[in-house]
Amino acid sequence: MIDKKLIGHVFAPVELPVEEGRLKFVAKALGQTDPVYTDRQAAQAAGYPNLPAPPTFPFMLEADALDLMGFCEFLGQDLGRLLHAEQSYTYHQPICAGDRITFVKTIREIFDKKNGALEFVISDNTLTNQDGVLCAESRTNYVFRNA
Amino acid sequence: MMPKYAECNVGDALPAMTTQPISRHTLALYCGASGDHNPIHVDIDYAKSAGLEDVIAHGMLSMGYVARMLTQWVPQQQIRSYKARFTAMTHIGDTVTCTGRIAEKWEESGEQRVRVELFAETPQTQTIIAEAVVALD
Repeated sequence: MIDKKLIGHVFAPVELPVEEGRLKFVAKALGQTDPVYTDRQAAQAAGYPNLPAPPTFPFMLEADALDLMGFCEFLGQDLGRLLHAEQSYTYHQPICAGDRITFVKTIREIFDKKNGALEFVISDNTLTNQDGVLCAESRTNYVFRNA
Repeated sequence: MMPKYAECNVGDALPAMTTQPISRHTLALYCGASGDHNPIHVDIDYAKSAGLEDVIAHGMLSMGYVARMLTQWVPQQQIRSYKARFTAMTHIGDTVTCTGRIAEKWEESGEQRVRVELFAETPQTQTIIAEAVVALD
């Protein structure tokens, strides 16, 4: 069982650069052909200062801030039993190439279902830019299969 | 052109999108680009040791595809929130079809907003149930 004392644990803030090359790679990986995501001029014409990060990018920064293996190790769990159950985002300001995002992860809930066969770990995350502006909040819900 | 709030009705469908079949190459690219290096998505030996027959796609890849469909409909700056529940695995060779429909319309914080219900499915099953709140003029 995952130690419930970890509820409320706040991980040390991690500052992460948002690189243009990374965003182009992400666009390629998602099959994104809209030039807003790969061409700076198209991005600027659409009202962004630089290439925008796509809606699911906060999860990529989450992986950068604390990789899944590290997170599972922290919880004393096996990566092979990990499932991603739910993911949510609230957006406040675009994240763009050139930003430096400070990522802070807090473990919000740990609980089990089916007599411990499934253990849930819910984290809340904040993504704040170099100007101190909260750009996005996210909630990540993982399940570990014990059965 | 961005859809107009006044012209959107509850029940209206968003333009759907279907991807190419998911290949191992798709997953390798997404692994590298996304930073999600869980070997269950790219290493068949690891996937087998975890009790699967083969590697499985990242749920977040499909959530990214659904977001791609959504940003074809409205500019990304209009999206206020987005959430997804992963309901089934996506396998090698699956196409992912993304669909959506307007579920609700209301005014809040001086904005006209719609809630859209969003889905991803493979030829076998539904894989994501999602929703987003979008501001429209």
